[in-house]
Amino acid sequence: MKVTVDEDKCCGAGQCVLLAPEVFDQREEDGIVLLLDAEPGPDQHALVREAAAVCPAAAIEVTEDA
Amino acid sequence: MTPPGSILIVGASAAGLSTAEALRRHGYEGRLTLLDAEPHLPYDRPPLSKQVLAGLWEPAKARLRSPAQLEALGARFVRGDRAVALDAGTRSATTASGRVLSADAVVIATGLTSRRLPGQDGLAGVHTLRGLDDALTLRTHLAGARRLVVVGEGVLGAEIAATARGLGLDVTLAGLGHTLLGDQVGDVIGALLGRLHTARGVRLRLGAAVESLSGENGRVTGVRLATGDPLPADAVVVAVGSRPATGWLAGSGLTLGDGVECDTRCRAAEGVYAVGDVAAFEHEGLGRRLRLENRTNATEQAQVVAANLLGADRPYTPIPYFWTDQYDVKLQMHGLPAPDAELSVTEGDPEQGRFAAVYREGGEITGVLGWNMPKQARVLRQRSLGAWQRSQPLSSA
Repeated sequence: MKVTVDEDKCCGAGQCVLLAPEVFDQREEDGIVLLLDAEPGPDQHALVREAAAVCPAAAIEVTEDA
Repeated sequence: MTPPGSILIVGASAAGLSTAEALRRHGYEGRLTLLDAEPHLPYDRPPLSKQVLAGLWEPAKARLRSPAQLEALGARFVRGDRAVALDAGTRSATTASGRVLSADAVVIATGLTSRRLPGQDGLAGVHTLRGLDDALTLRTHLAGARRLVVVGEGVLGAEIAATARGLGLDVTLAGLGHTLLGDQVGDVIGALLGRLHTARGVRLRLGAAVESLSGENGRVTGVRLATGDPLPADAVVVAVGSRPATGWLAGSGLTLGDGVECDTRCRAAEGVYAVGDVAAFEHEGLGRRLRLENRTNATEQAQVVAANLLGADRPYTPIPYFWTDQYDVKLQMHGLPAPDAELSVTEGDPEQGRFAAVYREGGEITGVLGWNMPKQARVLRQRSLGAWQRSQPLSSA
């Protein structure tokens, strides 16, 4: 799994951090998403998919390995 | 439980599309149909009053998903055709063009309809902003306009006023409430927002009822306040709230109050669910009925509706949340404080334009606010507002 984030779209809601704090964090100064792990392990996959699904700015993209 | 063989989702904006995606993510392989009144690919609404209206984003950037991602859903999209009736018993919807779409389960995700002012229709230069076309029409008009009057002191009105100031327009905002966003953030923060707008050159006429729209030769010339004061304008935006889009559900057999009334599982009837702005659900944690008009509610509720469609038994117990960006201020609001809740700053400094605060009612924290402190507000939310959710058994889909 590969994760990408669009900082320009990110609104700083932090929904992704609530769901998957091992993969996402927020910048202290403006709350924009920080991607901690662009290729998270299998134990994180379900959480990351849900984070991408609930992101209110559609700023997270998940590419599944073929 | 056997999952429904076919599911029809009426409304393919954030809530409807997220429901479809969550169904597939949870392994649903049945037939999925999404019906939407608009011809556009599903797009996001929060940028409409900001980046899209400002001309910073082209419409394609506001798309919720790429065409390839939509294709990968394996769903049938019926666009540009409005649902005009539903029979909840047989779960069949009729569209404006005469199509009849039936399914084993139906999800209602038709969102909101903007309220309008009397005399608005047939008067050129008066706008509401709900959809992409509205935003593009307003953007074009503002490019050639000088004086804008925004009617409405809520989130949408305040955002449009801020964007229009950024475009160099002369802006007056009139609203019935006494402070900007007073219903959402209370008077203290509302007054701070008012100061921000005033400092940026917006004239505020708050606590002022709009009596009528004025026009000449079919074109708006301004609005008249109940005080008798005229506010001249060559463009007017009416942002006086919305109502749930349930007109098409008259006679459906569903209970319609302030939205589609559903239970704690977001179920409106056997095999019929509602999601997003249109859904009036029972919040088990708060013990009352809620209807939330915010962006996170659309996607969060979609997760629960999808899970329940597939046989889970999950209550929907969100912590309400919204954000708004105005000028260089990013405001984040978690929780649902009463307008008279007591506010205290916990971090940062309002004078420095950066702080986090909590709202208390009877000693209990009922809201968390961030003013240019999104991360800190989110951390505070996790510390202070978990109780509504912690009391719920967590069952997965």
